[in-house]
Amino acid sequence: MSTSITSERNRSPLADRMLSWRDDFPILRERVHGKPLVYFDNAATTQKPRSVIRVMTEYFEKQNANVHRGVHSLSEVATTLYEEARKTVARFLQAGSPSEIIFTRGTTESINLIAQVLGQVVIRPGDEIILSELEHHSNIVPWQLLCEKTGAHLRVIPILESGDLDAEAGSRLFGPKTRILALAHVSNALGTVNDLAPWIRLAHERGALAVIDGAQAIPHLPVDVAALDCDFYVFSGHKLYGPTGIGVLYGKSVWLERLPPWQGGGDMITSVTFQKTQYAASPQRFEAGTPPIAQAIGLAEAIRYLEAVGYADIQSQENRITEYVLQRLREIPGIHLIGEPRERAAIVSFVLDGIHPHDIGTVLDQQGIAVRAGHHCAMPLMEHYRVPATVRASFAFYNTLNEVDVMIEALGKTVELFGR
Amino acid sequence: MNSLLSLYQEIILDHNRSPRNFRKLKHATHEAQGFNPLCGDKVRVYVEVADHRIRDIAFEGTGCAISTASASLMTEFLMGKTLEEAQQFFESVRHFLTQPPDTPPLPGFDLGKLAALGGVRRYPARVKCATLGWHTLQAALSQDAQSVTTEKDPHA
Ligand SMILES: Cc1ncc(COP(=O)(O)O)c(C=O)c1O
Repeated sequence: MSTSITSERNRSPLADRMLSWRDDFPILRERVHGKPLVYFDNAATTQKPRSVIRVMTEYFEKQNANVHRGVHSLSEVATTLYEEARKTVARFLQAGSPSEIIFTRGTTESINLIAQVLGQVVIRPGDEIILSELEHHSNIVPWQLLCEKTGAHLRVIPILESGDLDAEAGSRLFGPKTRILALAHVSNALGTVNDLAPWIRLAHERGALAVIDGAQAIPHLPVDVAALDCDFYVFSGHKLYGPTGIGVLYGKSVWLERLPPWQGGGDMITSVTFQKTQYAASPQRFEAGTPPIAQAIGLAEAIRYLEAVGYADIQSQENRITEYVLQRLREIPGIHLIGEPRERAAIVSFVLDGIHPHDIGTVLDQQGIAVRAGHHCAMPLMEHYRVPATVRASFAFYNTLNEVDVMIEALGKTVELFGR
Repeated sequence: MNSLLSLYQEIILDHNRSPRNFRKLKHATHEAQGFNPLCGDKVRVYVEVADHRIRDIAFEGTGCAISTASASLMTEFLMGKTLEEAQQFFESVRHFLTQPPDTPPLPGFDLGKLAALGGVRRYPARVKCATLGWHTLQAALSQDAQSVTTEKDPHA
């Protein structure tokens, strides 16, 4: 692809806006092995805009104190910022109230929390928990642990070759013993966007609860928990342009009010004597100990940043990149796309005949290109497609078509090097 | 692509394309399965030992170019060697692969073609690929064919 065509193609109002957003991410100017960084590992973690880095630095330099514990001014500032962050998240998700937002360490902790507390009140021996074949390990293992502890069973919604859920086979799994549906909104390995509404309805018809793993959805599409009518929705800050160490568990208040605490400690009580402890209401009941304060503030800033860019532009740019990369990848002889879902977020998985994904990952890295090679914490899914691993390229709105060209060229060189 | 060429030297690419002794051994006295959970690489190493000597050695599995070539080179090197020699080789190769790039090999050890694997020392994430076959061999030799296969989680 000649540069004149490339720059021509990029001269659109959308592309111009995107290039200016790109400037907000200092790391995108880094070089790797002497080459400009091409960051296509956004599903693993996204890069951070300067404003997020700035509010966190400012917090540590000027506002740092513990929350909910002091009458002194700094503590009040920190508490306000932390609780404002909760309000930002609640508004962002269209939750009914900030008390429905629990801060955790990330998606993994959110799922473990909800699995453990639900396990105490809704699961009896012989009950069933339904999940799907395309789940991340963190939406499998906590439920398996719960089953081991309670004598409940896992049922698995199979996927079609396309990487979409098999609605027909899946819907037959729902029955009188179904208690929980745990489902990804978007697959981290294939990019499949699951149409959640019918599944959540199926769960509710059986009186079961719907827990949605939104880790890969929230960076790409607007989420309205009220419209979805899910009972719980979880995600990680670091995949949403925010810091690591912060995640969210949204829960309907009707549930949060009834659920027992998770961990015990400070901040989650109203009174403690050695005879009896009164637990605080949600969200404090589920946030024992000093929370990740700076990280919550960073996440709130990431949300403000994302809203300023706007999902409309994010989706236009990401769709543009995804369509282009699919078209270019299909030109490579010996390539196999893993999953061709009806609706796809900006994630593409593929394998090349005769070349192991790890070798591809290493060769691309030498060209400054960061992709993920591996099983993507979705071993059952790899098993389904009978591959040990795939190469996954995952995109953000700050990526460009030129970067796709760089990757395609590097893949060409890889094929040459391994000379099939 | 200079440093890449130092990782993917022709010897490695060749052993990846056509791995030597890539087969199952019917009369193996020792065998073990090695698994790298990080990348899903799987290798099974078979050895036929008689009189403290490796009469035959072979491997099967799926893996990246580095792990395939390393296992292939290993079988070439160890064919016909005594168990003591094989043990020394293992120590020397492990030392070679896990030390910083400019570390000289252990004295009295001629790496020969195995020197081609040295490129991985600049890719810490890939060192385990290069050592997988060797660790699996270790596991195989430390047990009888009758005993259960180890699911070895190799630490490079
Ligand atoms: C779909 C999905 N669920 C859960 C997780 C786990 O997220 P975290 O590691 O941030 O807890 C990830 C991220 O790897 C993911 O992609």
